[in-house]
Amino acid sequence: MADPVLSIRDLSVEIPTRHGIVRPVDGVSYDIQAGEILGIVGESGAGKSMAGNAVIGLLTPPAHISKGEIWLNGQRIDHLKGDAMRRLRGKEIGMVFQDPLTSLNPLLRIGDQLTETMLTHLPIGRAEAEKRAVAALEEVGIPGAAERVNSYPHEFSGGMRQRVVIALALCAEPSLIIADEPTTALDVSVQAQIIALLRRLCRDRGTAVMLITHDMGVIAEATDRVAVMYAGRLAELGPVRDVLTHPQHPYTHGLMASTPLASQGKSRLHQIPGAMPRLDAVPDGCAFNPRCPYATEKCRQAPVPRVSNGQAACWYPLVDEKVI
Amino acid sequence: MLAYIIRRVGQSALVLLIVGLVAFSMFRFVGDPIDNMLGQERTAEDIDRLRAQLGLDQPFVVQYYKFLEGAVQGNFGVSYRQGRPVAEILLERAPATLELAMVSGVLAILFGIALGVFTAIRRDGVLANVIMSGSLIGVSLPTFLIGILLIYLFSVELGWLPSFGRGETVDLGGWSTGFLTESGLKALILPSITLGLYQMTLIMRLVRSEMLEVLRQDYIRFARARGLRDRAVNFRHALKNTMVPVITVIGLQLGAIIAFAIITETVFQWPGVGLLFINAIQFVDIPVMAAYLMLISVMFVGINLLVDILYFFIDPRLRADRSGGH
Repeated sequence: MADPVLSIRDLSVEIPTRHGIVRPVDGVSYDIQAGEILGIVGESGAGKSMAGNAVIGLLTPPAHISKGEIWLNGQRIDHLKGDAMRRLRGKEIGMVFQDPLTSLNPLLRIGDQLTETMLTHLPIGRAEAEKRAVAALEEVGIPGAAERVNSYPHEFSGGMRQRVVIALALCAEPSLIIADEPTTALDVSVQAQIIALLRRLCRDRGTAVMLITHDMGVIAEATDRVAVMYAGRLAELGPVRDVLTHPQHPYTHGLMASTPLASQGKSRLHQIPGAMPRLDAVPDGCAFNPRCPYATEKCRQAPVPRVSNGQAACWYPLVDEKVI
Repeated sequence: MLAYIIRRVGQSALVLLIVGLVAFSMFRFVGDPIDNMLGQERTAEDIDRLRAQLGLDQPFVVQYYKFLEGAVQGNFGVSYRQGRPVAEILLERAPATLELAMVSGVLAILFGIALGVFTAIRRDGVLANVIMSGSLIGVSLPTFLIGILLIYLFSVELGWLPSFGRGETVDLGGWSTGFLTESGLKALILPSITLGLYQMTLIMRLVRSEMLEVLRQDYIRFARARGLRDRAVNFRHALKNTMVPVITVIGLQLGAIIAFAIITETVFQWPGVGLLFINAIQFVDIPVMAAYLMLISVMFVGINLLVDILYFFIDPRLRADRSGGH
């Protein structure tokens, strides 16, 4: 296989607080290949977004990378500071945020927001940037792009704005896109369009995508591989089909069992008992052990093995337990 | 847009009328001008005659109506004390106040915004914290005290700047300006600092807090995620959004600068309309007081109108709402 676009090795993010250091990302490793969409799934606070922010260098202090390495196209970037990191943002790594209503500056025309991004990163003049701005809007499916470049964000609907945001994230042709819950704030009917758009653009350009979401439907629809996070750690990582249909980690299994399916009718949903531990009170051993029906003494004491591809971070991975 | 402006002008006119009515209802509590105008040897007939002559025996509503009638024709009456038309006196005094207010306003806005942006961007810096602590002085010390302290330091102790008056002025077609002579410029320094300091610190603190709020917004994060330079993020994206609420306050404060010039003009014996007003109150010079109050209200209302129109140019969302498009 070719060298991955993004390679994260044993990454940890720490936040010093009054009650000691918390670790919202704890020893996470994964790769993303060119043209591949890796889904990152987990509950709120599982560290999904924090890992994305670490990659693009937008951790809010005092949060910081405490351990591990981040490699982008063969260049190590986790220790880059200030202007060197800024040059990568937008140029090499694009980001799409959750809420398209608040991601665009309300006082600037979207054409201006596109051209300023391109002029910052690409060796082109204003006229060329304006031409490309129209092309970028056309590519994300905005009708009447030539006129719409002069519109302000409030003149677009939510779904159209997210298309604009995607055009902005892609306009300097980055090799990696971090999409942080890109469909969560949208209507269900629009969600599918945005996911399809993201998939098409990334396939065409060979862009690697880190798709952060808590929506199993989006994962199933869009991703090639999926990483399940729990309490800052990687619980399971593997091809999306394997993880969804044959989850090996009891947490993934619980997560799948608690996803409502239209075909199931009104039967009672499965619940995972308890709640994800607070980050300042992660239990010893496996972080999931207090909620795990299969936990043993070993799970409560020994640290679980870290995952690489196609396996679960579990002493007793489930075998042949079909969920759906 | 035009309909909006016309509506706002109508509202402004109504505000002016009400301000005038309230002012006239208050004048009789200031004192009786007749006491000052007639000497010791006055008779009851003299008093009644003068009172009737000035129309002071009428109810205040009637007096107000007469004032308005004249004001519409540009006639603000004759000063009781100086015996000259009020309009003439005001025109003579206005340049001093307007020049002072202008310099103070420009200082307050320029330094207020610059320091506000600086303290917001360098939130944790030592210098930013020193400036923020120092700004408490500007907000909490009364204007007259600041004026007296400045006079003590720069006029009495150091002897660098004059402590009172406008210095030499040059007459430019009826407008006496202090901008063209060295002594005129020197004389402007202390009063304009005194007058503008409060507004400057107020604007600075407001810009800082608004900017910190804006810097937390998603579109700023997104601008950073697109790799825009800090300068573009801070000034192109953040400052412009900061200015929307700040402009309202700046507008109000510009009106306040002209109105509160009274205190500064008294401390520095600045020959402007504020000093004129103070003297008019002592003498119960009703025509001067009335004209001054109307002048100040016109300025307040006018500035607010300008501010509202300015919104249209800054915030496209308002333009869309008003024009009814999209």
